Amino acid sequence: MLKISAAKLNDLFDAISAKQTLYIPVDREPNAAEFKKYESGMKLSASLNTIRSAKDFFFPQTENLADFKMNGKNIEVKDIREESEDFVIFGVRACDARSFGILDKVFLSEPVDSFYKNRRDHGTVVTMACTRPSETCFCTTFGIDPTVPEGDCAVFFDGENYFFLDRTEKGTKFVESISDMLEEGDASKLAEVQENARNIMKKLPLANLSTDSFGGDKLNELFDSDKWADLSEACIGCGTCTFVCPTCQCYDIRDFNTGREIKRFRCWDSCMYSDFTKMAHGNPRTSQLERFRQRFMHKLVYFPANNDGEFGCVGCGRCLSKCPISMNIVKVMKALEVK
Amino acid sequence: MQEAMIKRAKELLADGTVNRVMGWKRGEFSYDITPAVFETAEELDAEFVCDDLTQANVSKYLIKESRKEGKILALLKPCDTYSFNQLVKEHRIIRENVYVIGIPGGPKIDIEKIKAKEISGILSVKNEDYTLKIETIYGTETMPYYEAISGKCENCKSKKHVVFDELIGEDGDVLESNRFEMVEKLENMTAQERYDFWRDQLSKCIRCNACRNVCPACTCENCVFDNPKSGIDNKAAADSFEENMFHIIRAFHVAGRCTDCGECSRVCPQNIPLHLLNRKFIKDINSLYGEYQAGADTTSRAPLNDYSTDDCEPSIVHERGVE
Ligand code: SF4
Ligand code: SF4
Ligand code: SF4
Ligand code: SF4
Ligand code: SF4
Repeated sequence: MLKISAAKLNDLFDAISAKQTLYIPVDREPNAAEFKKYESGMKLSASLNTIRSAKDFFFPQTENLADFKMNGKNIEVKDIREESEDFVIFGVRACDARSFGILDKVFLSEPVDSFYKNRRDHGTVVTMACTRPSETCFCTTFGIDPTVPEGDCAVFFDGENYFFLDRTEKGTKFVESISDMLEEGDASKLAEVQENARNIMKKLPLANLSTDSFGGDKLNELFDSDKWADLSEACIGCGTCTFVCPTCQCYDIRDFNTGREIKRFRCWDSCMYSDFTKMAHGNPRTSQLERFRQRFMHKLVYFPANNDGEFGCVGCGRCLSKCPISMNIVKVMKALEVK
Repeated sequence: MQEAMIKRAKELLADGTVNRVMGWKRGEFSYDITPAVFETAEELDAEFVCDDLTQANVSKYLIKESRKEGKILALLKPCDTYSFNQLVKEHRIIRENVYVIGIPGGPKIDIEKIKAKEISGILSVKNEDYTLKIETIYGTETMPYYEAISGKCENCKSKKHVVFDELIGEDGDVLESNRFEMVEKLENMTAQERYDFWRDQLSKCIRCNACRNVCPACTCENCVFDNPKSGIDNKAAADSFEENMFHIIRAFHVAGRCTDCGECSRVCPQNIPLHLLNRKFIKDINSLYGEYQAGADTTSRAPLNDYSTDDCEPSIVHERGVE
């Protein structure tokens, strides 16, 4: 397997970023990593994952979709789209890599979202295998193997060397583009590291969380469950869970009048909000119970119903660590599961 | 202490003084504690928790709870009693419908501080004589208790309960805290440095609204930022300064009503030190209008809602801005 020694990682980053924009997770503060545009000398974060997910790269929090100019009765629509530049995201975890597949199902199915597709086409996703999962991780519940992540190219660290495995055409091109810096290496220690990580995954507190009680065919019994009242009781409707979630995909479209023109924006939205899908008569979900239920029903029932059984959660654990009142999808699943 | 709380809560449920208890429920791990309403002794026995990691201020929930049938028992830490009082003063909580037990405050432990020490896979946290013993998937770790103290407890302003019907444990005093230290540091920066500091901090904001929604001073039925008719709702931030405006405006809205409970900074997923904005307002109010602590009582008039002829002139503020 091709590898590079840990000491030369930054040389590799320098080489990649000389050709295209590179993003890597860096520590902003201890235990608070974020993806940053690589600049020479930046250190790859040792944190397990970033606070914000990597979905921003393809589905940014806000984007300007189009501009309109009004001239009497004429409306001129300005398509302000530009071809995205090629970029590489390095160090995406297996959970987030899977989330791109979930977002693809939404944005790349007909009618294709060309804004999203543009970025997706130009982005190369380089993933990094997990060796030290956190107690909040439960990706394996959704059939994700964190020791062999998806993505265009997967990277594995054995403590001394980074090994590269291309998984798609784009990944092969990526590895070729850096091949002069890589060398053939012995991956025997790597197998040990992977085995060790798999054993840890089995011992995680959420390792036995099951999806058996959920899925597209469980609509009525779950929707009508009397547990939602208790579960949603303390929810403050903030939307933190939806904004840190790699698979939350809802957006709103807003027009702003700048005085000279109209600017149309798309921005993340949250089903936890009172103005979510607000129509002439108001929000169809009038209580926080209904809004709360929507988030989890979407991930555990509606999404699989429309996507061949695939769940809309990747078990990244972000909503577990960031909800201000510590309510989350795991507590919901445990409360609703049929034992 | 937790046992004493459960015992007393059960008594009050049994003798009909209250029909519900506002407290906290344990979760999957030792730290994911959720505010909850308990209705029976069995529920209390099974799930009630109030330990070193129980930080949430439950006052805001009492707005809704005090409008329900019957009386509810609320267990309030000293800082929570200020929030409670302020909400009573603003006619948001119906005082008669809440039975308040003052409980001891912190210093509480913040799991984020433990995680910041690169301790991960946390299974349990125990306080053994002010050393934390942390069981993790990767083995046992220890760290001094004081290094894991929650930000909101670091500069505790008061150990005194400003409102209660009874107490569990002892009442304390208003403390001499150094809570304005960082504000002073910011004041002593040049305007550019200060601007850079805030731009750097606020640019981390993901506008998740946790700070606003958790804030006991933010109780508007429809926040201006959620109301399309207000003209300033900014769900889509057209430029990176809009999130900054959200925070500046919010700080103005809670000025004179913020009790410095620390919840905003505690819940921020991006660790933005929001309390510094509010403390700047508190410090200014103290120096311009005389010492004032929001929530300390329910009768005094708040400086920004009151007029007296010796109020400071707007020019004072103007001069400062110029300098
Ligand atoms: S579940 Fe938690 S994070 Fe999500 S809206 Fe409710 S309180 Fe906020
Ligand atoms: S629901 Fe929670 S655990 Fe699942 S993908 Fe979203 S943030 Fe991660
Ligand atoms: S409905 Fe809510 S939870 Fe589901 S994707 Fe949309 S914002 Fe996220
Ligand atoms: S959820 Fe799985 S893939 Fe994601 S960080 Fe944890 S172990 Fe890695
Ligand atoms: S909690 Fe933090 S990230 Fe969320 S809106 Fe407030 S300041 Fe921004």
